[in-house]
Amino acid sequence: MSVTTLSSPALAQRQPNWLVRLFDYKPFLIVMCLAPAIGLLAVFLTYPLGLGIWLAFTDTTIGQRGIFVGLDNFQYLLSDPLWWNAVFYSIVYTAIATFGKFALGFWLALLLNNHFPFKSLLRAIILLPWIVPTVLSALAFWWIYDPQFSIISYLLVDVLHWRTSNVDFLGSPWPARFSLIAANIWRGIPFVAISLLAGLQTISPSLYEAAMLDGASAWQRFRYITFPMMMPILAIVMTFSIIFTFTDFQLVYAITRGGPVNSTHLLATLAFQRGIAGGELGEGAAIAVSMIPFLVFATLFSYFGLARRKWQQGEAND
Amino acid sequence: MAWDSGLRRLMMIYLPLGCFVLILLFPFYWMAITSFKPNAELMNYREHNPFWITSPTLAHIKHLLFDTAYPRWLWTTMMVAIGATTLSLVASTLAAYAIERLRFRGSPYVGLGIYLAYLVPPSILFIPLATVVVQFGLFDSPLALILVYPTFLVPFCTWLLIGYFKSIPYELEECALVDGATRLQILRRITLPLAVPGLISAGIFSFTLSWNEFIYALAFIQSGANKTVPVAILTELVTGDVYQWGALMAGSLLGSLPVAIFYSLFVDYYVSSLTGAVKE
Repeated sequence: MSVTTLSSPALAQRQPNWLVRLFDYKPFLIVMCLAPAIGLLAVFLTYPLGLGIWLAFTDTTIGQRGIFVGLDNFQYLLSDPLWWNAVFYSIVYTAIATFGKFALGFWLALLLNNHFPFKSLLRAIILLPWIVPTVLSALAFWWIYDPQFSIISYLLVDVLHWRTSNVDFLGSPWPARFSLIAANIWRGIPFVAISLLAGLQTISPSLYEAAMLDGASAWQRFRYITFPMMMPILAIVMTFSIIFTFTDFQLVYAITRGGPVNSTHLLATLAFQRGIAGGELGEGAAIAVSMIPFLVFATLFSYFGLARRKWQQGEAND
Repeated sequence: MAWDSGLRRLMMIYLPLGCFVLILLFPFYWMAITSFKPNAELMNYREHNPFWITSPTLAHIKHLLFDTAYPRWLWTTMMVAIGATTLSLVASTLAAYAIERLRFRGSPYVGLGIYLAYLVPPSILFIPLATVVVQFGLFDSPLALILVYPTFLVPFCTWLLIGYFKSIPYELEECALVDGATRLQILRRITLPLAVPGLISAGIFSFTLSWNEFIYALAFIQSGANKTVPVAILTELVTGDVYQWGALMAGSLLGSLPVAIFYSLFVDYYVSSLTGAVKE
């Protein structure tokens, strides 16, 4: 009798209660662990994505349930010069900004790959444009591009005397388009540079030593070692960059809101203007959905275009 | 020869690096200097050197803090960022643990599915999400943002943490299993403590991404008091034709500071996990 009373607390410790045992049952534990993440993504990502595609085929407006209208929205978009305008600028914006970001970011990564003092401090400072909220730095650019008090105009007119009048950065279509692209490049350089720097550091120095012994010039070393070795990482970073540049919203909304004369609308800002501000949910959703084919195409292009070398050579050649 | 290569180094490395740093940091300098400039200097480049302040003033910051709802916006943004970060960290830690450690049939596909979710950009989702938020009765409530931000935070954090869990030797968990520890004990006492650096970097990323988010906050929040800093500055402070550049730049500066400070505290985690995530 006394033995059982003595051993029961010890037994209870060794034999956990049913709840603990339930959590030790692997299938249950797996479901419990995945539930929060999958649940959140299902309710706030998968469902809205489906709903968005459905809305694109209806004439829903804010406060009013729409009915199925088939391809009407898309047909309307094809006849809408503003939509074509947005497609055109979205492509130009993505192409030039991506090219600029990668050219300058790659250069910066190559520079940072050298040895010099305060390297880690410099790396930390350089990431700042990427950390600071885009809208807040976009506001700084808006102020830098001010027609009257632009600091760039001041430098060009009053200091360097290269021009006689202020630059009207945001007042007419092409200057406004390029001003936005410049701001986007500025913001994208740090991420590209740091990501590519990571890739550069994985290239074995022995490759360069061998090339040096063979008498390869700096350009040949870059062309035949650095560049091919960087292809896989370039493919990944560029795919990301293209997706997020093409669907950019903040920068344009903060600096020009699509103006002047709707020349700087990206598909995302046009979708916002029609869908939320204008209340035409169906049409806005159709504009948003019209981004998907471009995204799929751009992703396949950048991924397979750049990763080609890798799968041509086979995985084992890594 | 030595002098020659020194000069070459200067021209090829230090000069371009200097230009990069100058251009990358200039907008912040301009933001900071505008925040402390009195209006007279702000609008007169002929008599005052625009690159410097002769009589700095706190008027813009005072105006921002006492005449606008700025402190309220900062507070809302902070709460949303902390809430979304906490929620995402819990969800993605569990998901990453299940995918990487509990190993079940199809776990690579679940991982791939979560990763693909990251590639769905918010600008495609905000219109249908707005109707979902209305359905749930969460329109105009910061709670909507806390629930929606994990859609882009969870994929990112799960991806990062899977990599981190991979780096922790599985033998440690096996030993504990043999010793009779339950799976939850193992997670709490062994895996999580070892994964702390990974959790910290996932946390910083989530915090900065939530602070930065714009389009959802713009679409789901209507009343001035509930807005987050980026949206509020743009929609509440930009009024009329005469822009209050001093106050606008002060608002941008103050809004950037929390993220910048947070980032500088953990910068090593940040850079190493960023580079690690890309290498994966």
